[in-house]
Amino acid sequence: MIEVRNIVKNYGYVKALDNVSFEVKKGEIVGFLGPNGAGKTTTMRIITGYLYPDSGDVLVKGVSVVNDPLEVKRNIGYLPEDNPLYYDMEVIEYLEFIGEARGVRKHKLKGEIDRVVQTVDISHVLYRPIGELSKGYKQRVGLAQALLHDPEILILDEPTTGLDPTQIVEIRGLIKQLGKEKTLIISTHILPEAAATSTRILIINKGKIVASGSPDELTTMAEGGETLHVILKLPSNAFSTDIEKVFNHLNWIDSFTLKEVKNNEAEYVLKPRNGEDIREKLYLLSRENDWVILEMWREKASLEDVFLSLITEEVPS
Amino acid sequence: MSAVIKKELKSYYNSTMGYIITIVFLGLTSWLFFKTFFLYGEASMRSYFNMMPVIFMLFIPAITMRQWAEERKLGTIEVLFTLPLKDTDILLGKFFASFIFLLIMLALTVTIPISISFIGKPDFGEILTGYIGSLLLGGAYLSIGLFASSLTSSQIVAFILGLLFSFSLFIVGESFVTMTLPPAIAPIVRYFGLGYHFDSIARGVIDMRDLIYYFSVIVIFLYLTYVIIKERR
Repeated sequence: MIEVRNIVKNYGYVKALDNVSFEVKKGEIVGFLGPNGAGKTTTMRIITGYLYPDSGDVLVKGVSVVNDPLEVKRNIGYLPEDNPLYYDMEVIEYLEFIGEARGVRKHKLKGEIDRVVQTVDISHVLYRPIGELSKGYKQRVGLAQALLHDPEILILDEPTTGLDPTQIVEIRGLIKQLGKEKTLIISTHILPEAAATSTRILIINKGKIVASGSPDELTTMAEGGETLHVILKLPSNAFSTDIEKVFNHLNWIDSFTLKEVKNNEAEYVLKPRNGEDIREKLYLLSRENDWVILEMWREKASLEDVFLSLITEEVPS
Repeated sequence: MSAVIKKELKSYYNSTMGYIITIVFLGLTSWLFFKTFFLYGEASMRSYFNMMPVIFMLFIPAITMRQWAEERKLGTIEVLFTLPLKDTDILLGKFFASFIFLLIMLALTVTIPISISFIGKPDFGEILTGYIGSLLLGGAYLSIGLFASSLTSSQIVAFILGLLFSFSLFIVGESFVTMTLPPAIAPIVRYFGLGYHFDSIARGVIDMRDLIYYFSVIVIFLYLTYVIIKERR
């Protein structure tokens, strides 16, 4: 559906996008995740034909945005960052303008407007100036604008930023509903948002795509995967250094860290080699050494950890 | 293009700004005109049209200041340029909308020739030429004003820049500037003057050179606006 091919974009000396490529298939809901300034908005602006890439191209349904931006724009509904609207227009005037500009035929325009007004539920504010609406309603008007020509592809740039929690839930609900029939790209810098709404997450940092996959895939992709936490009670004559001596000689753990020592209890975080299940081995080991296992639990790296490790790691150039 | 024209015209008449500009223009020019009209005792609008180069300098940047500056400030320029419209449609749409606004404003001054015709026998040919000239002159100012508006996201700055640009292009054709220049280059410099080309039109003479001049100014500044919008979005 959307093929982004080796896009490079510079703003003066600043490299905003550095050879970005990815693909979005029909029906996917892609969460475009990255810290502020990572290049999310720039990428979206290039896909929608607002900006031109310095090099590279985007194919939308096989049409190049560089060669035929008008055809691409016809197929995309776009909600830009911060949801810009003409504040002195009434909602209905705005939708009429968008409809006309999008070439919706006169006799169909009313029906199309009715449809989107139903979808985003703004029928009771149709004759109000947009500037007087609450932020949540403005966001719905912005969505109505993007949906008016019933596009197959919907691109939403930070659609929930600046909304209060109830409005966020409402807009997310709308997005989920839209995702049933459309291909969506939604950018956000909030991880739970991407995890909640999308079927696939693309992580971008410093102008490069650093990871791509479903929320689950990304979690298992996390460096080291699982960790094993254990709290050991030491024999009265032993110190934590004794334990560490033993750990140092094991070939089934990659690394370990001492998290906390309280009285004679020591909490360790172990990283198993090759993601192996080492619980049994650990039990046998502690029996051998007369340690008492007080607690033991496994922890999966959370999506948050993946995200943080990806965006803080130096991007190899 | 028609969608853009309609939208821009609506925004003129949705806000009080459009009405204020029109009313102040009508009031001010009529008052200035009739103040001296009876002194001359001549049934002619020549002195009315003679005011236009200076009056437009103040009024037209006020008409155009909003057009690009506000799109930039609100960010709606991004909505506009992701609609399936050609850049030239958007650009020309904005120009024609402001031109229609000017046309309506000038059409409302038709009460002046009507009242004159009750008192004397005005030369309607001359008056018609005066109106055509005013539209050409106005078109040139509009194009300059739109260019000024495309440079900034502040309406006030757009107004001042528009005033500055049109004043500069006006002043080079005025005699107190050309007087100071060597006789060899004075006519060349004067040719660039916005008001210079208007003098003969206000007298009722439409010269091909004047038409070409005004059309060139319109096209050049529309093109410059196009370049700015393409570069700076």
